[in-house]
Amino acid sequence: MTSVTPAIRLTALTKTFGEVHAVDNLDLDIAEGEFFSMLGPSGSGKTTVLRLIAGFELPTSGTVELQGQDVTRRAPFDRDVNTVFQDYALFPHMTVLDNVAYGLRVRGVGKKERRERAEAALASVALAGYGGRKPTQLSGGQRQRVALARATVVQPKVLLLDEPLGALDLKLREQMQVELKELQRSLGITFIFVTHDQEEALTLSDRIAVFNQGRIEQLGTPREIYEHPQSPFVASFVGTSNIFDAEQSQQLLGMPGSRSIRPEKITLHPPGSAAAKGSISLEGTVVEAVYVGTATRLLVELASGKRISVLEQNVSSRSEDDRRGDAVRVQLAASDLVSLDPVPANTATS
Amino acid sequence: MSSAATPHVTAGVPQPRDTPARRISVFLSQHARVRLGLLLTAPLFWLGLVYVVALAALLITAFWTVDSFTGQVRTEFTLDNIITVVTGSLYQTVTLRTVGVALLVTVIDIAIALPVAFFMAKVAGPRLQRILVIAVLMPLWASYLVKAYAWRSVLAEGGVVDWMTAPFGGSSPGYGLPAVVITLSYLWLPYVILPIYAGLERVPDSLLEASSDLGAKTWRTMGSVVMPMLWPSIIAASIFSFSLSLGDYITVNIVGGANQLLGNLVYTNVGAANNLPLASAIALIPVAIMIVYLTAARRSGALENL
Repeated sequence: MTSVTPAIRLTALTKTFGEVHAVDNLDLDIAEGEFFSMLGPSGSGKTTVLRLIAGFELPTSGTVELQGQDVTRRAPFDRDVNTVFQDYALFPHMTVLDNVAYGLRVRGVGKKERRERAEAALASVALAGYGGRKPTQLSGGQRQRVALARATVVQPKVLLLDEPLGALDLKLREQMQVELKELQRSLGITFIFVTHDQEEALTLSDRIAVFNQGRIEQLGTPREIYEHPQSPFVASFVGTSNIFDAEQSQQLLGMPGSRSIRPEKITLHPPGSAAAKGSISLEGTVVEAVYVGTATRLLVELASGKRISVLEQNVSSRSEDDRRGDAVRVQLAASDLVSLDPVPANTATS
Repeated sequence: MSSAATPHVTAGVPQPRDTPARRISVFLSQHARVRLGLLLTAPLFWLGLVYVVALAALLITAFWTVDSFTGQVRTEFTLDNIITVVTGSLYQTVTLRTVGVALLVTVIDIAIALPVAFFMAKVAGPRLQRILVIAVLMPLWASYLVKAYAWRSVLAEGGVVDWMTAPFGGSSPGYGLPAVVITLSYLWLPYVILPIYAGLERVPDSLLEASSDLGAKTWRTMGSVVMPMLWPSIIAASIFSFSLSLGDYITVNIVGGANQLLGNLVYTNVGAANNLPLASAIALIPVAIMIVYLTAARRSGALENL
């Protein structure tokens, strides 16, 4: 990060509301052209970071740099970033075309040119011909696209998206995810995407920052975040994990420090069958089995009383009712048991 | 689930008892028209008899006359009163003066209310916001007369205004039209602040942020986003201050010196001059002005989202 200027650089950024540290001494570089997600539960500070970058909030301390320029004290209208709001924030008294052209009008672009550019922006989000309507005459997904067109038509260096898909139903959300990704590729600008939906973050992002209590808990590619969570919080917030605390992993696994394993990495076998090489076997009983379409989710109670979750592809034809009460041998590959203990930075990627 | 056939199954939750009140509720919930009729009869009676009939009586009386000898109202149709009111230079002057005062009061009130309401709705924290709403409403608890007389003493010779402006070489405007405008502006200010405040509350903060985000500076956001959305509320507020000012005659008596507004003419003709038909004809002037005003407001589309 020394030779290339990052699109966004946050240095020791802190924002307090009264006693609450919404953002706590945050350092972060976001590269040019990156699709960057900030993932976390509500109240984790991710939206506040976005608002600090946009300029809607001023930090208590620290700086915000946009392409090497310090913009910490600049007003939102003085920053080359644009926001897609959670509630879309379309101007209800303007037509769709006027909404999209608003940023151009404010910049003094001529009437003819701004009309052309706004119509092109609408076409780029598959809304050509909708310019004459009022926002209230559009569906949620269409409003979302108008908001995207309005924010991108002024060609910002960075686009900020505040849970933009939160209000859409599942089918539409999946469709918009694809369109967002395509839009980001075609525009080639940096997207900073705030979400509490881990699946969305994993699907879309080049890199993810997992937020918890105003701090970044872990920063990495989707694969790193999912496969190698570095804390119990990340392991449980991103996907489902079976977490063994230090005592349990010593007792059950014979390994030092706390460990985590994904349900889909665990396999079930008949009791007494031979264990695979490099794996750990534990005896248990199936206490719950739920069919979830592509797979079956099983809850296995170990002899020690600890319950672990297992996700199994639907290869067995036995019904869920049948499987409850089965005695099983639970097999975990040692390599899939991820350590959750903080490790020195230089060995973190090994 | 045939719970009706086996009531003992739901033994844990006793069935509601079949009281007369319950039977009426059941009847009403099944008969929408009866329900509507019962709900609307009383208010419609009030609106019809007390309001519309009174207005109609006013209109009819304006076409009657007074026997100059006995002082009795004669119920024969004549256009004399209307002609007098429309052509008489006294009535024309007073009408212009009244409309001028009402317009000035409205403009002053809106000019004061806009920043106050904006501060209340968008800047103040929730606690300060509540305090300010109460502060705006508080003067409405005091009697109109007390407030008008308070202004009389404030504007009096040697009063607070004199005392405050004297070091700068100023003096109180004294009793007259300026005093009337000041006092009426004060009296109707809460009625102007509240609709504008309510209108601003309905403008989401995210719209202001979006405008700023797209490059608009503060004044641009005010002009392009806030004002267009606030327009209906401002019209609503202006209807209050304008119509209340049009009908006022007590404030003029208290701080207006020798000046008369339309209300004073009505008052004199009902009382001292004992000419009810002429008073009715004069009273039709503000009614006509308000009809024009409301029609214009409707034309502008401002009343659609009230």
